[in-house]
Amino acid sequence: MNEQTIETVEVPPVAESTRAVLRELVAHLRKNRTLLREEWARRITEAKLLTAMTEEEVFAEATSVYDNYVEALETGTLEALQAYARNLSERVIPRGVETHEVVGIVLLLRDVLARSLFAKYRADFAHLNRVLDAYEPAANRIAITVAVGFVQERERTIRDQQEAIRELSTPVLQVRERLLILPIIGVIDPHRARQLTEQLLHAIRTNRAKVVVIDITGVAAMDSHVANHLVLTVEASRLLGATVIVTGLSPEIAQTLVNIGVDLGKMNTAGDLQGGIEEAERQLGFKVTPNGDSPA
Amino acid sequence: MGSKTSSVQAPENGQPLDEIRIAIRSDSDLVAARQEGRRMAERLGFGGGDRTLIATAISELARNILRYADHGEVVLLHANHGPREGMTVVAQDKGPGIKDLERALEVGYSTSGGLGLGLPGVRRLMDVFNVRSSSGDGTVVSATKWKR
Amino acid sequence: MPVPILKQGPHLIASVQSALGDSDLVELRDALIAQVGRYRSRGVIIDVTALDVMDSFASRTLGDIAHMARLRGAETVIVGVQPEVAFAMVQLGLTLEGVATALDLEEGLAFLQQRASRTGPHRHPSSA
Repeated sequence: MNEQTIETVEVPPVAESTRAVLRELVAHLRKNRTLLREEWARRITEAKLLTAMTEEEVFAEATSVYDNYVEALETGTLEALQAYARNLSERVIPRGVETHEVVGIVLLLRDVLARSLFAKYRADFAHLNRVLDAYEPAANRIAITVAVGFVQERERTIRDQQEAIRELSTPVLQVRERLLILPIIGVIDPHRARQLTEQLLHAIRTNRAKVVVIDITGVAAMDSHVANHLVLTVEASRLLGATVIVTGLSPEIAQTLVNIGVDLGKMNTAGDLQGGIEEAERQLGFKVTPNGDSPA
Repeated sequence: MGSKTSSVQAPENGQPLDEIRIAIRSDSDLVAARQEGRRMAERLGFGGGDRTLIATAISELARNILRYADHGEVVLLHANHGPREGMTVVAQDKGPGIKDLERALEVGYSTSGGLGLGLPGVRRLMDVFNVRSSSGDGTVVSATKWKR
Repeated sequence: MPVPILKQGPHLIASVQSALGDSDLVELRDALIAQVGRYRSRGVIIDVTALDVMDSFASRTLGDIAHMARLRGAETVIVGVQPEVAFAMVQLGLTLEGVATALDLEEGLAFLQQRASRTGPHRHPSSA
């Protein structure tokens, strides 16, 4: 599980006078909770945000966010809000909520609460200024925290999806029970080679394969690095109890293998894929051939 | 349990440790070193396969220290210069040094079964590899794995 | 922490539970060889599913176990090597050559039973 570096917004020490003002306005926001929440939900709908959610869902989320928002204003600590932002993101991202919507609703809440403060303190301009001095930085910090949290969660989701796609696109095929085929085509660079090996090893375990046919008919040439990698793949497969048969070995690649010191006599090879599959079936049908005995 | 001192204490907000030092004096320090290495690799965002490679490299390098120099130190660093990011493992000791460095680094593609220092193997596991050794100053092996 | 060793008929099964230090491996080796002798076991299965790192010492020790067990008439199978561990091992040049391997406990037992069903003296793996 990747631990991410959460961007932290600097929280400057809060002066006691500011704290006192914050307490006062938080009390006001709590007292008028119902009214303000409804106002906020109304403005969300008006702005056509969170259209992917039903009205009930919007109200439920609005309620949770509101309470957390006010608490964050009161305590000045962001950990709880960060955790909440991540949870919220986890819940709404699958529902198709976009970044601008999340940022939008938090800003709307900020506006709704600000207006309420204006209304309450408008008679005393100096006091209103003090209240806004306390409220604005706190509210902006909250907005940034929620937005950043959402974006990070979204990035994590995208990474997971990309990983899942990579997994799905593995070319390892299971054709019979305990038999896997890995056809390799084209140019293999070291990175792709590594990826294929990892996918193959995991596939061996998942499918409980006992024989793997790696077909390199479609590979024109291999440098010694990749050739060595092929050998390592064969050896690693054996450690998982699977025998590897390499098919489609061209004379050039055979020479490369010999050049890097591979004893081809010890490697299981067959001329083509069909021959490899037949050999594999023979090995599988031939239950008496244990893996430790096969040349690997 | 071997002694281990962290040079940098983790701040409360969960930032990754940038440097961890593990004294290598006994058997159990080898296990500690590779587990610390695995944990740091995970914190830095390495995938599962790379975490195992790093932990294995640490195990080999730390064992060399024990076997040939009696005691030394493994330092794990967050490598973060320029566009690439990764993890660096430094294994250092004040031991007798590697006698025939050329030979110790000889790469053979035929597998050797783990005799000797295993340096070519460690080099294969990692992306960047350096070793400095002399009878007077001991040995420093430094290996880095980049995040893919 | 010693590795638990179970006796199952003619076989011994050792299941590694957690990271093993060098001395744990040596203890395991000694314990297994002693028990092979005591019970005249025909097979040894070492389950390394829980090992997240297999380095040169572990590899050599497992090889030693297989070699010593064979001298006492028992065949050894290593099972449960994790894909990532297998990959790291072969990069280091550790292939457990001469030691039988299987995917898991079930496969390991099947392997030992197949060998036992053949009459005649034990065959050595071709690469031993």
